[in-house]
Amino acid sequence: MTHNIYIYMLIMAGVTYTIRVLPLTLIRKEITNTFIKSFLYYVPYVTLAAMTFPAMMDATDSPVAGSVAFIFAVILAWKGASLFAVAASACIMVFLIELLPFISI
Amino acid sequence: MTVPMEYDNKIAFSKGLRHGIPIALGYFAVAFTLGIVARKAGVTALQSLIVSATNSASAGEYVGFTLIGKNAAYLELAVMTLVANARYILLSCALSQKFSDKMSMIHRFLIGFFVTDEIFGISVAFPGKLNPFYTYGAVAVSIPAWSIGTYIGVVMGNILPQRAVSALGVGLYGMFLAIIIPPSKKNKLIASLVITAMLFSYISSRLPLLAAISDGTRIIIITVLISATAAILFPVKNENKEDV
Repeated sequence: MTHNIYIYMLIMAGVTYTIRVLPLTLIRKEITNTFIKSFLYYVPYVTLAAMTFPAMMDATDSPVAGSVAFIFAVILAWKGASLFAVAASACIMVFLIELLPFISI
Repeated sequence: MTVPMEYDNKIAFSKGLRHGIPIALGYFAVAFTLGIVARKAGVTALQSLIVSATNSASAGEYVGFTLIGKNAAYLELAVMTLVANARYILLSCALSQKFSDKMSMIHRFLIGFFVTDEIFGISVAFPGKLNPFYTYGAVAVSIPAWSIGTYIGVVMGNILPQRAVSALGVGLYGMFLAIIIPPSKKNKLIASLVITAMLFSYISSRLPLLAAISDGTRIIIITVLISATAAILFPVKNENKEDV
C-alpha cells in the first residue's frame, strides 16, 4: 500500500503541534506524578542517543568516516562546542576522511 | 499608564529579532542537511518547506522524512513523531510557567507552534514574565531560515557532489550529539542512559531477528524500555526541572 504524502505531512504537523500546545494551554500546574515526570525527563536523551548510534556510522558512504566523525563530535560536544559547531565539524570530518586514498566509497 | 520596557511589544519584538539571528544561522545549516534526508525520502522541496514550517522540529522531522521514505504506516509515523518530540512536552510545561495568568489563549496557541530547544531557551531567559512578542521576533527570523534551509537542501542536494552529500548527512547526528552530550557530562545517570541506549540500538540493529523490525519501531521499544526502567529506578527530584 502506498501512503499519501499529504496525510503523512498532516500527521507530523498535527502530532508535533498537539504535543507543544497542550501543556501550554491545559496544564497550569506542575506535573506531580513522579513516574511520568521522570519518564518524560529521560525520553529525549534515550531517543536521541538510540537514533544517533549506529545510524551515524551507516549514514556516510564509508562507515570509517561516520565512526570517526561520531567520536570527533562527541569530543567537541563534551568540550562545550555549540550545536552549529558540532554539526559542521562532523560534516567536515567526513568530507576529509573520504578524501583519503585508502578509504573506498 | 506607563508600560515597563520589557512589556512594550515593539521593543520586545525587535529584541527577539536580534536574538533570533544566530539561531537562524544555525537553523539554516542544519535544515540544509535535513533537506538532504527529505530528498532521499522522495519528498519534494516545496513539501519539505511546508513540513519544516509546520513542525520546526529537527529530530521529529528527521524521523518523519525517514519513515516517509520507507512508506511506513500512518500509526508508526504518528507514534515516532510523538516519541521524537516528547521533550517538547517538558519544554512546554516549563514555558507555561513563564506565562502571565492574563496571557490570552491566542498567544498560547501561537507560541505552541514554535517551542524548539533554542526558542524555548531564549524565551525562558526573558526577564520576568514572557512578552510573547519577544518570542515572535525570534520566530520571525529563525523559522523562515529553518524552512528555506530545508527547501534549499532538497534542491541543492541534487547538484552537490556525492562526497559533499555524504559529509552533510552526518550534520543532524552531530546536532543530536550536541544536545545529549553536555547534559551527560554534568549527570552520570544521563551519561549511562545515553551509552545504554546506543548499545541497545547497535545490538538490535545487528542481531538478525531484531534487525528485521523497522528502525522506528526498534527506537520506540528501546526508548520506552530504558526510560521507564530509569524512571522506576531513579525517579527525578523536583530540582532537576531546571536542567531541561
